[in-house]
Amino acid sequence: MINAEPVGPAESLPIEVDDDVVRVRQLVRSAAVATRLSLVDQTKIVTAASELARNTLIHGGGGRVEVQSVTNGTRRGIRLSFTDEGPGIADVDRAFTDGFTTAGGLGLGLSGARRLMDELDLWTKVGEGTVVTAVKWER
Amino acid sequence: MDRVPVLKIGDMLLVSIQVDLSDRLASQLQEDLADRIVATGAHGVIIDITGLDIVDSFVGRMLATIATVSRVLDAETVVVGMRPAVAITLVELGLALKGIRTALDVDRGIALLRDLRAPVDGAPAGDDEAEQAPAGVS
Repeated sequence: MINAEPVGPAESLPIEVDDDVVRVRQLVRSAAVATRLSLVDQTKIVTAASELARNTLIHGGGGRVEVQSVTNGTRRGIRLSFTDEGPGIADVDRAFTDGFTTAGGLGLGLSGARRLMDELDLWTKVGEGTVVTAVKWER
Repeated sequence: MDRVPVLKIGDMLLVSIQVDLSDRLASQLQEDLADRIVATGAHGVIIDITGLDIVDSFVGRMLATIATVSRVLDAETVVVGMRPAVAITLVELGLALKGIRTALDVDRGIALLRDLRAPVDGAPAGDDEAEQAPAGVS
């Protein structure tokens, strides 16, 4: 479990079409700027958000993202939660493997996002959907 | 708005990406560039990504595909203007962009393309100059 208390209201966006992925990037960027993440960390969280939003769209058949400012008592951060009600992931270990893809991509989405974020949790159930929750903390 | 413009300068094509690329727009650019390389006979492609604040795996793959396709069509691709934070993030994401030539800015990209072309062509640098040569010989 990720230890992160919400600070202020969350913002949420649907991920149903290609252009929604662009909107998710823009929302996450403004949250990263507001939390005063460094430029490199802003770039990392926006890139991770882009990968995870594309997963929600392509593998999950669409869903939502929730962007929440959080704190662990000492540091501020941003929590991203991507939720879909798609087919779920049958083999989680393989889904986290670099280069493993079921959609003809590079297979870097989930594994790459985990490297770019500080924490990443995945809940999935075949036939029910997938929730990916990830946090980037300020340095 | 719907397309990233592709400019022809001499025997090179220049693309400066100034918008937040959706996957559809990126795929469209990939196709447009291949068409323009064939239509113009360009030998070099410069892709300026100064305006991109992120390069994710989809755009990274697009850049790699453009480089490979252009090479098959007798053109070299140079990606210029990558921001430092983007470079750091790309490597951490797991994309090394092997096979993609890069330069720091458009000027250096043009110089790199000229260097790549020079040893192959030898004396005649282009058709235009070859046609002008007889005038001086007489």
